Amino acid sequence: MLYREAGEFKSTYQADQAILTIRQDRWFMWALLAVAFVLIPLVSSEYWLGTIMLPFLILALAALGLNVLTGYAGQLSLGTGGFMATGAFAAYKLATAFPELNILIVILMSGAITAGVGLLFGLPSLRIKGFYLAVATLASQFFLIWMFNKFGWFTNYSASGVISAPPMAVFGDNFVTGPYATAEAKYLFTLTLVVLFALMTKNLVRSNIGREWMAVRDMDIAAEIIGIKMLPTKLKAFAYSSFLCGIAGALWAFVYTGSVEPLAFDVNRSFQILFMIIIGGLGSIMGAFLGSAFIVLLPIFLSNAPHWVGLNIPVDLISHIEFMVFGALIIFFLIVEPHGLARLWQLLKEKLRLWPFPY
Amino acid sequence: MRIEKSVIFIFIWTLLLMVAIPWTIGKVSSNIFFEWPFFFEVAIGGLLAGVMYSLVALGFVLIFKASGVFNFAQGAMVLFSALTLVGLNELGLPMWLAIIATLAVMLLLAVAIERVVLRSLVNQEHIILFMATIGITYFLDGFGQTLWGSEVKILDLGIPNNPGLYFDGKILINDFDLVAALIAGLLVIGLALFFQYTRIGRALRAVADDHQAALSVGIPLKHIWVIVWAVAGIVALVAGIMWGSKLGVQFSLALIALKALPVLILGGFTSVPGAIIGGLIIGAGEKLAEVFVAPLIGGGIEDWFAYMLALAFLVFRPQGLFGEKIIERV
Repeated sequence: MLYREAGEFKSTYQADQAILTIRQDRWFMWALLAVAFVLIPLVSSEYWLGTIMLPFLILALAALGLNVLTGYAGQLSLGTGGFMATGAFAAYKLATAFPELNILIVILMSGAITAGVGLLFGLPSLRIKGFYLAVATLASQFFLIWMFNKFGWFTNYSASGVISAPPMAVFGDNFVTGPYATAEAKYLFTLTLVVLFALMTKNLVRSNIGREWMAVRDMDIAAEIIGIKMLPTKLKAFAYSSFLCGIAGALWAFVYTGSVEPLAFDVNRSFQILFMIIIGGLGSIMGAFLGSAFIVLLPIFLSNAPHWVGLNIPVDLISHIEFMVFGALIIFFLIVEPHGLARLWQLLKEKLRLWPFPY
Repeated sequence: MRIEKSVIFIFIWTLLLMVAIPWTIGKVSSNIFFEWPFFFEVAIGGLLAGVMYSLVALGFVLIFKASGVFNFAQGAMVLFSALTLVGLNELGLPMWLAIIATLAVMLLLAVAIERVVLRSLVNQEHIILFMATIGITYFLDGFGQTLWGSEVKILDLGIPNNPGLYFDGKILINDFDLVAALIAGLLVIGLALFFQYTRIGRALRAVADDHQAALSVGIPLKHIWVIVWAVAGIVALVAGIMWGSKLGVQFSLALIALKALPVLILGGFTSVPGAIIGGLIIGAGEKLAEVFVAPLIGGGIEDWFAYMLALAFLVFRPQGLFGEKIIERV
């Protein structure tokens, strides 16, 4: 009743091709952006911005990257952590080798470098498919982490193998990394980047590149027969996906933690991001954000829940129980809604069309 | 089983390269020591270690064959079975009784997984089922450690664990590895006989071939899944016992799943002999590379070398050495 397209007439092609064709959707999106850009920085504490919103946004960006590869192009990948590490270390090398570079350029360039690495590791996907490919992408994960651990050049020969971000500003003295950066500045910087890349991705998957990806996902041999070239299509997916993952890695190292070691991007990170896109919804931009929110908030909730109800359990036992509950919840979610939270959102909107008069 | 010509070619090339690369490096580089008895010692050690990887990979293959599920939880099942065994033993049960009790627990686990997870996810996409098994992994890791604690436990079955000299005292081989290889061999023969000659085994092969055809001739799919997960549980227990007595029962046992994955893709997801041969190739290749190649590039390559090796094989045979040929139709 309140939410439907009836009575909205489009008089231009431009309006017809808009991302959000329903007026209420557009209002909702503007409201969401207003809340994210204005309300949250005003009302949130430093803790909320720094330890919950930042990882949520950055991991959502990585999930977006993996979603392009797995959800849209159908190439199952377990190498996300390795690509994030590549982004982080590329950004570190760039920032220390050329200190005068602006952080935006550093981050974009590290994304581009990661895209190159992604291209290289995407090459086997032309011959290897399905779960064979998934295991093969683990090769990139382990190889890249080993490389960053092993060769001192990547960490500028720091003894601990940890890289620390130098203080950098977008313009003037608006520091977004290092000790002078405020949580608000970090948050707004990350949010802006993430929103821009989400918009870019949304448009990309609506373009002919995105349609090629989806054709390859649905049946690659059929896609080949209708004239889609496998090599460029799959490699584009790998490159763009690694680009986003690399930027997420650079943001993680520079803006979120400030200093990072390769182990922060181990295989568990890859699984975590794969969980996000499965729980959120494969092949959905919204899903990447919903999944990220779920996976970031769940462990925080689980580790705090016993305190709230007044139970006192030893720490190691809590972490084991956390594992258990986490696994059980994953299974529960998959059983209840195998297509993810984004699908639930869709269903909700379907219901909303008729609400409150179901006839 | 018919072996294709290309497999034999790949095989011969592998053997040649495995000998030629260390030999050449030994000749060229002065700080790498190459001598034939030493080479064979490394190679045999690697082959025996590879058998241990195969033990884990076998569990993957069984489940993939019968249900098309890529069971990431196999590593967690290894850990869980070993933890249960040691835990029961510490509670005072004699070892043989503890083993039987653990077998019963693994059977229960198989029933539970089929009831709760698989039955509700019938006909979903492969990736969803894969994710569900990762969920099972988390659950089992947490559950096992909640029940039995997370400190390192020692599992001693009285298997000799001292190095012995063979071939006129020229080659040093660990007795434990020999015993492990023997047990793995027996297990594979047992499984082969089970698959080949029993009624259940025939049903399993039928299900592996074609779910729908199997259903239409009256094979109860749900029971078959329970059986196959139970068999995978038994294989996990054997692997858990062997790895547990080698490394001690601890959380890192769950990570050997990551060691078994390259074995799995090299041999092919659907082939039991593939898991064994894959294990042998990965084991020998990894050890040889570690001794003869790794010092040149900085060492510590065991994390990724197996994956790269498997990847190299896959480029030539995308379905693994013994996997079913992938036939695509529109």
